[in-house]
Amino acid sequence: MMKMRKHLLFAYSMMIVAFLYLPIAVLILYSFNDSRINATWEGFTLKWYQSLFQNDRVLEALYNSLTVAVITTVVTTILAALLALALHRYKFRFGKVFNGLIYLPILIPEILMGLSMLVMFSQFEINMGKTTLIIAHITFCLSFAIVIIMARLSGMGQDLEEAAEDLGASPWQTFRHVTLPIISPGLIAAALMTFTMSLDDFVISFFVSGPNSTTLPLYIYGMVKRGVSPEINALSTILILAIIVMIVIAESLAFKGTKRSQ
Amino acid sequence: MKNKGKLLAVPGLLWLGIFFVIPLLFVVILAFSQRGVYGEIIYTFTLENFSRFFEPLYIQIFFESLIVAVATTLICLLLGYPLAYMITRVNPKWQNAWLLIVMLPFWINFLVRSYAWVIILRSQGLVNTFLQSIGLIDQPLTLLYTPGAVLLGMVYALLPFIILPIYVSLEQLDRKKLEAAYDLGASPLKAFWHVTLPLSMPGVISGSILVFVSSLGMFVVPDIMGGAKSALFGNIIQNQFLSARDWPFGSALSMVVVLFSIILIFLYYRATQSQEKLEGRG
Repeated sequence: MMKMRKHLLFAYSMMIVAFLYLPIAVLILYSFNDSRINATWEGFTLKWYQSLFQNDRVLEALYNSLTVAVITTVVTTILAALLALALHRYKFRFGKVFNGLIYLPILIPEILMGLSMLVMFSQFEINMGKTTLIIAHITFCLSFAIVIIMARLSGMGQDLEEAAEDLGASPWQTFRHVTLPIISPGLIAAALMTFTMSLDDFVISFFVSGPNSTTLPLYIYGMVKRGVSPEINALSTILILAIIVMIVIAESLAFKGTKRSQ
Repeated sequence: MKNKGKLLAVPGLLWLGIFFVIPLLFVVILAFSQRGVYGEIIYTFTLENFSRFFEPLYIQIFFESLIVAVATTLICLLLGYPLAYMITRVNPKWQNAWLLIVMLPFWINFLVRSYAWVIILRSQGLVNTFLQSIGLIDQPLTLLYTPGAVLLGMVYALLPFIILPIYVSLEQLDRKKLEAAYDLGASPLKAFWHVTLPLSMPGVISGSILVFVSSLGMFVVPDIMGGAKSALFGNIIQNQFLSARDWPFGSALSMVVVLFSIILIFLYYRATQSQEKLEGRG
């Protein structure tokens, strides 16, 4: 009886996992289908991918996405690491307020974050473009990166750093030889997740991008609005696979980090 | 000398202050400002934007969005709870792998995931082609651009949000209480109903709030999977900023969503606090 209930639960869970993955699987499968309009399978082809890489606007969107993601990742990781280190080592008088400030961007709806930045940029008469995109991406990624690095830091405690200082290491030496090696998996995980979130973001980019700063998700949106086409499937597939690879690496790094410290 | 390290926090905090807090303040100010004839913003105080929210058109869409949000939350719970429960029951070695599998779709944006459903549901899509090929239907069914499609898309988009909080609260559950229930002769079903479920309520509620709040502001799913008549509150807000160019009104509407969310989160906070007190006493 108990066994059966367990099997039933497992079967139900499997159905839900299938529900989560089936649409994505269909999307990927159809990016290799030879038929342009129909849902019937007409044979394997790579021509949709070929046509993507001959399309200048797709390549430009790819270039924009990568530029924005790389700059966002570098700036976000540095800002997040510094802030996380400071919050970890020192007691701040307004610690609670700072914590709120860090968690709030994760909690508020994306649409509000996007439109609020649109409002600010336009009130200061800043033209929408890659710069506004990068600023917006850093802002919404920062909190996630801080949380990831903080988790790694709180796992490590302060014993090792104190030991190094007792042995006469300078603050810089302590940081370089003790803190940095321990938090580096967290830094890499934070960087990978930031890169992924930036590459993947649609809602916030939708509000703060300009005519010459179309990113891949924004380009996909334009295509979807024009109608279904196998090129959308191909482009989405590339995006999905890139995201999956980076998240799996990031998660395994973050996980490895916590396991060692336990 | 020792506190010089505190300065490390300055760039990050400054960044959030400038690019997160100030924009939100702008939205608050805008919500009480007027829109000029050409869509420009006139900074004179008015409550007109909020009174417009109570016009039948908007209040109706707001209530429809509330219904969709409630339905989405309930369905997500029915699908997500058993899945989260299952993950706590598998071999601990595999739990992280399972969590990763369940959370991976969370990282793929709403746009791509909604579009995947378009391929499946549209009139020449997978479902209709299949049903026609086996001769069950002659004419394609209208599956896409319906309220049902929007609900499906919302559940699909937001399901991963609810699984993690429930998993966390189930994982932290005190096994001793469950054993006590069994020792006292409770059946597994009874033990679940009277022990596991109540103790996992914090996760259930925080996951529900997350789904509810996200679905109130959602515009991507209705935009891609819904027809002209299935616009939700998120679409109305989006419209004010893009086509209608009535930013003060859009700001006021988005503040309504935030106010609603804050009330919910506050109620949740109160509820968990009183529960903690109760448990502390018992």
